[in-house]
Amino acid sequence: MNAPLPTRTTALSSNGTELTGAEILWEVLVREGVEVVFGYPGGAIMPAYDAMARYPIHHVLTRHEQGASHMADGYARASGKVGVAVATSGPGATNLVTGIATAMLDSIPLVCITGQVPSFLIGSDAFQETDITGVTLPITKHNYLVTRPEELVPMLREAFYVATSGRPGPVVVDITKDAQQKSCVFEWDDTPIELPGYRPEHHALPADLAKAVEMIDAAERPVVLAGHGIVKAQATEELLAFVEKADVPVASTLLGLGGMPATHPRSLGMMGMHGESWVNEAIQQADLLIALGMRFDDRVTGNLKTYGQNAKKIHVELDPAEINKNVKVDLPIVGDVKEVLQQLLPSLEAKQRTPWVEHIDGLKGESAVRDIQAMPDEGRLYAAHVIHDLWRLTSGDALIVTDVGQHQMWEAQYYKHDHPRKLLTSGGLGTMGFALPAAIGARFAKPDDEIWVIAGDGGFQMTAPELTTLLQEGVKVNVAIINNGYLGMVRQWQEFFYGGRYVATPMVSPDFVKLAEAHGLKGLRVTERAGVEPAYREAQAHPGAVVIDFRVEQEDAVYPMVASGRDLNDMIRRPERKGAPHNPIFETGED
Amino acid sequence: MEKRTFVVHVEDKPGVLNRVASLFRRRAWNIDSLNVGTTHEPGVSRMTIVCHADSCMATRIEANLYKQVNVLRVDDITEHARVQRNLALIKVAAGPKERPHVLQILEAVGARAVDLGPDSLVAEITGPQDEIERLASVLEPFGILEMVQTGLVAMTRAAERPQLRKVRAA
Repeated sequence: MNAPLPTRTTALSSNGTELTGAEILWEVLVREGVEVVFGYPGGAIMPAYDAMARYPIHHVLTRHEQGASHMADGYARASGKVGVAVATSGPGATNLVTGIATAMLDSIPLVCITGQVPSFLIGSDAFQETDITGVTLPITKHNYLVTRPEELVPMLREAFYVATSGRPGPVVVDITKDAQQKSCVFEWDDTPIELPGYRPEHHALPADLAKAVEMIDAAERPVVLAGHGIVKAQATEELLAFVEKADVPVASTLLGLGGMPATHPRSLGMMGMHGESWVNEAIQQADLLIALGMRFDDRVTGNLKTYGQNAKKIHVELDPAEINKNVKVDLPIVGDVKEVLQQLLPSLEAKQRTPWVEHIDGLKGESAVRDIQAMPDEGRLYAAHVIHDLWRLTSGDALIVTDVGQHQMWEAQYYKHDHPRKLLTSGGLGTMGFALPAAIGARFAKPDDEIWVIAGDGGFQMTAPELTTLLQEGVKVNVAIINNGYLGMVRQWQEFFYGGRYVATPMVSPDFVKLAEAHGLKGLRVTERAGVEPAYREAQAHPGAVVIDFRVEQEDAVYPMVASGRDLNDMIRRPERKGAPHNPIFETGED
Repeated sequence: MEKRTFVVHVEDKPGVLNRVASLFRRRAWNIDSLNVGTTHEPGVSRMTIVCHADSCMATRIEANLYKQVNVLRVDDITEHARVQRNLALIKVAAGPKERPHVLQILEAVGARAVDLGPDSLVAEITGPQDEIERLASVLEPFGILEMVQTGLVAMTRAAERPQLRKVRAA
């Protein structure tokens, strides 16, 4: 059912051939290894679309350009390659913006091709004219306006180079319609790109490496903070070697999940606002924090004044601008995290930190969630059950794409990822509506993976029209909607911080089963625990995409929680409330 | 937070000033003055940016400027001995009666009149910010009709340290 990408073998043009700008665009993209693009045609990009048919590029027609940028993003996250989105000028280009900002905050390599009005109309407020290089300036790594076909080869090559090198990010290439239509002599240039002001590579100084080894060897209570950088640098192997030699427990950021195998004995799990209490406690009690490819986002630090007060801090990070941005560190090491780990490893003292590890285990014992499987079925359907069962029935090996909100945090807590690039989620920007289109994009990167969207009823509705894209492409992506009838995370904040006034959070949804059917897909509904496994089994067996509407407990909350700006280990634990719905999953001896 | 002076060499391409200004805006760093112009090197422009920052923030400003693809070189010259100048044009109300008096003032501070009209004159002064401000306050009683400043331009002193002749080769 997962349609293989059509392999059209078209001989590419040789140097010296007269080509239109539109043709040059695809000549370059094919040479950059692009096989699939996600887009939506329109007036100013029509020459490019017309030429595309002659090239071995598969185009996925989205239902909205936001879908195109999220699909390109999902493709990039799943594959590690560049995702390409295409849109027309004006509204087409502005619709890409949310997806571009999402990619920017999570350092995802995208190249977004937009059509622009003809160069002689620029600045005249022409039909569908928007200054998209101006609009996207603060949310791209770099962007280009191309007004002549001769500029296409160098600018597109630069775009791919800038998007992927150093700390990756999105690049917009805005091409005027006349630059697409006019011709010039095609001259491919495959010499290495040299940009005089661009220095993507950084290498650690030997003295700093020696200092780091000294600090790590001397630490009694070290914790590694593993971020997205581990995943992006493909440094899992090095991280494991480091952790095993130095015996250091690892806390992960949301985007770092999977970079460290969740079932490894030294993996603590996710840190931060919805991190488990022992993870945040371990960070607060540590005497050394070793931050690897992460950026001390406010969602992982809580109150900066009290964050890791007892710890010296080493920050290994590729982007010098992240050093001392939020947290002042004792030893910054600017470099590729994989390379730095390789350099550190031989000099590190092999040791056992048994007292520290046992101490953290003790913290865990106090507050660890009980085994969900052993919990009695008391007739209620909890999101944690739904996610835990998905983990079980997919052997923990599915590619999960989450949306944003409560379900996203529950997924991070209950779906244990043992491999990188198996959880795609919008971490930095927190973009609702991300999941479905990103999962479609991921499908084209991973034709053989089992892919599941986990989305809330709110976020799913933001980009639900992309269900038809699934149908048109004939690809399978299953969707689990965690439907609680509220914008759940906002409702939770209203419950905790706004006197329980549920303003604008109760949400009516369409009948998701019928919605799936209206899109030519299969729809299922589950209202009790007993129905979860059969529904998953049915979805897995069905050849096409399946949407499952899980009607979960309406006023459930994500615990534990560090309220915005509070100390990292000052967590809201499950309260004992008389008559309140009793959620056995979070019940512990301590709480 | 102290006043810091950055010398920023950039590629002379459309939109580069916008990129640098946008960077300061979105990070909520306030620019005191920004001057930009061409250099002896074709395709290279030079900015002098003055802003308030502590040393930690200055390092971040430098790192963020370097993240701009079109930024070639950044030097925080705050700690270096340097020459810095600001040029101001001041149009002062001065008829035949006041004119000698105003010209006398200009001469006394090393400024000069670059244009004369029946009821006013245009004074030009080059120097550090405080000299310009002092002159403006002295001219104020005559009536300042217009005033414009270039913003600070700065360069490390000749003996300070050898600057690379070519930024592009850096």
